[in-house]
Amino acid sequence: MVANPSGILSPPRHDALSKAVGAERFAADLAPEGCLHAGAFRPGALLGIAHGRVRGVDAAAALAVPGVLRVLTAADVPGTNLQGIIHKDQPVLCGEVIRHAGDPVALVLATSAEALRAGLAALRADIEPLPGVFDPEAALKKDAPLVHQGRKGGNLLLGAVIEKGDARTALRSAPRVVRGEFSTPVQEHAFLETQCGVAQLLPDGTLDMTVSTQAPFRDRFEIGQALGLDPLRIRVRAPHLGGGFGGKDGATVQCLLGLAALNASGRPVRMAWDREESILAGYKRHAVRLRCALGADADGTLLAFTCRAFYDTGPYAHLGGEVMELGLEHAAGPYRIPHTRIEGRCVYTNNPIAGAFRGFGVAQVSPAFEGLLDELAEQLGLDPLELRRRNALTRGDVNCAGVRLDSSVHLVECLDTLAAHPLWLGREAWQAEAPACTRRGVGLAAVFNGMGYGRGLPDMAIAKVELTEAGDFLVYSGVADMGQGNSSAFALLAAQELNQPPGAVRLLQPDTALCHPSGSSSAGRTTYTFGNALLKACAAMRDKLLARAAMPLLRDTLEGLELVAGAVRHAATGKTLPLAVLARYLSRDDRICVADFLMPVAQDPPDTGRAFPIGFPHLFFAYAAHLARIEVDELTGRVRVCDYLAITDGGRVLDRSCFDQQAQGGVAQGIGFALIEDFQLRQGLIRSRDLSTYLIPTALDVPDTLSLAVEGDEDTGPRGLKGVGEVGLNGPAPAMAAALHRATGVRLRHLPFTPERVLAALKQRKTPSRRRA
Amino acid sequence: MMLSFTLNGQGVRLDTALDKRVVDLLRELQALDVKEGCGTGECGACSVLLDGVHRLSCLMLAAQLQGRELTTAAGLGSASAPHPIQRAFAEHGAVQCGFCSPGMTIAASALLAQNPDPTRDEVRRALSGNLCRCTGYVKIVDAVRAAAKELGDAPSDAPSAAPDDETAGARGKP
Repeated sequence: MVANPSGILSPPRHDALSKAVGAERFAADLAPEGCLHAGAFRPGALLGIAHGRVRGVDAAAALAVPGVLRVLTAADVPGTNLQGIIHKDQPVLCGEVIRHAGDPVALVLATSAEALRAGLAALRADIEPLPGVFDPEAALKKDAPLVHQGRKGGNLLLGAVIEKGDARTALRSAPRVVRGEFSTPVQEHAFLETQCGVAQLLPDGTLDMTVSTQAPFRDRFEIGQALGLDPLRIRVRAPHLGGGFGGKDGATVQCLLGLAALNASGRPVRMAWDREESILAGYKRHAVRLRCALGADADGTLLAFTCRAFYDTGPYAHLGGEVMELGLEHAAGPYRIPHTRIEGRCVYTNNPIAGAFRGFGVAQVSPAFEGLLDELAEQLGLDPLELRRRNALTRGDVNCAGVRLDSSVHLVECLDTLAAHPLWLGREAWQAEAPACTRRGVGLAAVFNGMGYGRGLPDMAIAKVELTEAGDFLVYSGVADMGQGNSSAFALLAAQELNQPPGAVRLLQPDTALCHPSGSSSAGRTTYTFGNALLKACAAMRDKLLARAAMPLLRDTLEGLELVAGAVRHAATGKTLPLAVLARYLSRDDRICVADFLMPVAQDPPDTGRAFPIGFPHLFFAYAAHLARIEVDELTGRVRVCDYLAITDGGRVLDRSCFDQQAQGGVAQGIGFALIEDFQLRQGLIRSRDLSTYLIPTALDVPDTLSLAVEGDEDTGPRGLKGVGEVGLNGPAPAMAAALHRATGVRLRHLPFTPERVLAALKQRKTPSRRRA
Repeated sequence: MMLSFTLNGQGVRLDTALDKRVVDLLRELQALDVKEGCGTGECGACSVLLDGVHRLSCLMLAAQLQGRELTTAAGLGSASAPHPIQRAFAEHGAVQCGFCSPGMTIAASALLAQNPDPTRDEVRRALSGNLCRCTGYVKIVDAVRAAAKELGDAPSDAPSAAPDDETAGARGKP
């Protein structure tokens, strides 16, 4: 066990203490006096039907339950009854067809949680089973059942190609070629705060909501369209989230809750999914299957990469196309490869709905490109680290999607840091000292993750800062904080820029009535984009306050005026004007500064990826080199992760503690994805329905991950930083596969690497005559 | 049925169904620091101390509180007077989304009451019933060890950090 370097203590996050003592109020903590309780009826799971025709809902018994006020069905939904971020194809309530086992067909309103439970239990639905489709490749067959009857394009949501050079020809002539099929499973976000919120229709017609959401501003439009409401009459507040990881990007409870509020006679309504409903109805990480080939010269220079990927998006588009875009854009890895052809199909099935999840499409392709690279290194007799260093992208290179990287790229430095680290240098000796009945392996991975929305969708934020009457500052955050610490970073940036002590800056969490639209909390973009806008707003505030202070300080030029803690000061005379006094001279309008920032995009984007009008390509990436040391129990197949090293290029580090949190947390989720989290689906029915069957890592399952930073300025970033939230999740799966190969001699290509699979691999190795698993 | 118990040092007497889950009862009493993450005893977010012993309030019924002393995270300390464990969580980066934090600090306080100087492995074992999806646990272990050190350095007969009597009780052997 390697201890983390101690003594790196950043000032605590401004939200840390209130959370530690349990004083922070989440959406889950709201239950206004006299509120009604709303819940969705999802009969598919009860009846064992993932695809079926709704013949009827019998609400009589439910309505007879004391305390049950209303049972609403699709006929009661005003508006289009369709939600979705880009494609609107998901009914708020299903009237004709359920397309997965978690689809809702009715909404119950009751006066108490107990009455709601009883009402839901008394509801009956008549559902006629329809043939379902549960595999994306099977769904593309001619005679496959259609998830959306009559849809042009059938079950294919989106097919796309990203191409550079002539990969097929280059692969044919490459001296060395490695190939393989890889797959990654559904992953559950398992945030501790399940999807929830409260809503109330106010007398003036405003639908007032407080929701655990990553995208409060976009929510208004999704709700407005689905329910036929004016988005500007919808107010959404997003307090601190009890975790998000992508699973609260896009409407979860919002449309159902809005519908409930429209039918609650002005009373507030609460909706909170329990864990089983969260797993049943929540969005998941896309399961992906991909077949790839990598060609190289005999000296290890990469020449060509081809790939065909299938993304299972479940029954609704949600962000399926966009998730696949990221995946395809990253599919060939952070390497210089002159010829690539990367094809992908994102396909409708009757499996649970897939959507955004940290490592958005990229966590799914990382085990493939890194797996092939390891295999190539073995075939060429090259050190796997050296092979990566030779081919790693540097600034100015053209990446595998054809984009010239006019942005900070420090992957080589990450790999160099890894190469010099004792965990790497001592690997042979450590592996040789494996205890009895145990095998040891050390594996590494190089990964990356794009930041921001990419071309076609402006990645913009609008920051607002106010000098309050009391003389301190209030930042109006436009992007939700799901726990990653962006609001703390905003408070820190504002305090620095305004030259104030940290306590002088307060932060308001997003509220569509008071803050400005700044996009979703996603894509590693929040601190970069909003942070840049905030620095501009604070600079404008500083200039304004100096100008406004001139009169009370009787200065006829602004020369020598400076903003100091709580005051404007004239340096030469030492005269100061407290901000609380200055604030009295100013109208409220004049005490506010607003500024926006638009993330730069790739210039001269390559003429490929034309199926992606939104999101392709990206310009900025975080990079990382990861190392895992594992022990495999020969008797049980159990894998223990002994040590983990994550070296991350996220630009300049603003807050070291938050930076390490992102690395360590991402790695833990990645270890879960690689080894532990085993989402069980059969014919679209979820068999791992709670946290006793869907296991996520506990404190005993992950090591003391050591996080190191390679700091190089990203010139366009606020204080030189890049988004660092996603990249950490992409490394563990390939690093585990490499370490397992070293330990067992077998290349595992299908996640998760459960004890059963590892044991089978060990047996297969011992008896090579057996058919390959 | 009437039910009497002590909640964070305050006597509580109320008329309630005795088969109500304790987590529901506590949240109705506005003890909103007690979170529910799963309802099946898997996540530990609803952790409380019952007479100083770590228990899961989603797996307990109201009747089990009769005459007992219950401590939640708010009973350990507050933002203005945090318990050393809570302060260590904030200072050592053990808090991200914060939804697991109240339960995690309760589990940590139960550990330190029994084992004032736990190793990292002992901390991990003691907290293994409390799930955190954000941090990867490293900084949580750091925080518990830092709190143990601070509590260990404090005079043993007068734990200056304990905000009130019932917390001192919580720190005693169950």
